Amino acid sequence: MTDIDDTHTDLYGPVTDWANDFDHAVPEYNERAHEIWAEFQATECPMARSERYSGLWAPFSHEFVHEIAYDTDHFTSQGVVVNTGRPMIEAPVGPAPPITSDPPFHNIARRLLLPPFAPKVIAEWEPEVRRLCNDLLDRMGDITDGESIVDGATQYAQSIPVNVIARMLGFPTEDEELFRGFVHDVLERINEPVEERMQFMGLLDAYLDEQITDHINNPRDDLTTYLMNVEIDGNKLSHEHVRGSIVLLLIAGIDTTWSAIGSSLWHLGTHPDDLSRLANDPEVMTFALEEFLRAYAPVTMARLVKEDHDFHGCPMKANDWVLLPFPAANRDPAQFERATEFVIDRQVNRHGAFGLGIHRCLGSNLARLELKVAIEEFVARFPSFTVDGDVTWSVGQIRGPRRLPLRVLATS
Amino acid sequence: MRVEVDTDTCQGHNRCFTIAPELFDVDDFGTAVVIGDGSVPVELEDKARLAEANCPEFAIKIIE
Repeated sequence: MTDIDDTHTDLYGPVTDWANDFDHAVPEYNERAHEIWAEFQATECPMARSERYSGLWAPFSHEFVHEIAYDTDHFTSQGVVVNTGRPMIEAPVGPAPPITSDPPFHNIARRLLLPPFAPKVIAEWEPEVRRLCNDLLDRMGDITDGESIVDGATQYAQSIPVNVIARMLGFPTEDEELFRGFVHDVLERINEPVEERMQFMGLLDAYLDEQITDHINNPRDDLTTYLMNVEIDGNKLSHEHVRGSIVLLLIAGIDTTWSAIGSSLWHLGTHPDDLSRLANDPEVMTFALEEFLRAYAPVTMARLVKEDHDFHGCPMKANDWVLLPFPAANRDPAQFERATEFVIDRQVNRHGAFGLGIHRCLGSNLARLELKVAIEEFVARFPSFTVDGDVTWSVGQIRGPRRLPLRVLATS
Repeated sequence: MRVEVDTDTCQGHNRCFTIAPELFDVDDFGTAVVIGDGSVPVELEDKARLAEANCPEFAIKIIE
């Protein structure tokens, strides 16, 4: 089992020059993200570069992010998590289809997974998500207003998506801690030597092989069984495709929503007017939900450069990483009015929290449901709370609080 | 007023269906489709404009 607090080898170290030696795995990046993005957006070329990770680019304007997201000719999705290595399974399939797939295979692999995540199918999970949130709130024990401190990240946000996706996949929910370990390994231990990454990726593959074998022996009505039986042109998916898609669902379905819930609670715990509005006017949630997603989008995606080419004066080389910071694009004043403000009832909000173009987050309907219900139930139970204590943030492409001490000021 | 969805451009963000379920539906793949011939009753014109203004892919058109 992986241990979240283990020490590991960071190949690169601290950053002093964000423009030329960029690294999003440095804790300071997610802590100061909003300031860093604003600094870049105020310059003429909002693009950072780095020799780290064997070549990395990071654009911060909506214009650049938008352009790269739609350009599947110059950028491949074969790798979507920047790390010291490069993906072993080639395009157009990639290691975790369909997120790592390129056209035309991408659409084939994606259409297999769209129906189980379609809006009306996901809506049926609402009572279960609500029950789960209330269970977690109940488990916080006796609360004394003005005195009790709960951790919005570890006691609440982090347990919601992991339980839902484990049930959808038909995996043991008691392995919750193990899943969080895998997610931490894949998404946060990105600056470790390739050999170390191979080791923990091997552990994840071995665990999934075990689960797939268990599904062969005990078929049941879940997504894993669905993936094992579904066919493309009369052929079942390869073992690697099934396992890769499960990696995608498990990794992408946990950390992302957990981070969105945590950041939203952080916002409410630091902006009492918005908390009070939400507590007294629950109808505003229709707009507030999208504003949480815009202002605190958790997910930065990545691409690999296909061939050497010039991008707005930047000499990109084949196999360089390119980050796609949708969260930064969502706060670009060139695209959004009052971009850096949280406007709880913002009416026009074409945010790209779930990506733009063909790779729109497959789980966006589930993520939205979990985020909405999680905030509604938290605010219904605790209509007044405030951040009180040290908050720690994740590192890497997914941004959200990992420790979020909240002092409860009122319980309903 | 009428609404149209470009189903090639729609990526299934599901914003229009959330804002105006009277005007938009989604198919089994999450792609948006207009209900009926896309005609918008006067009382739903604001909702139609809101749906258009929130589509991240610019897939909705309003014809007046």
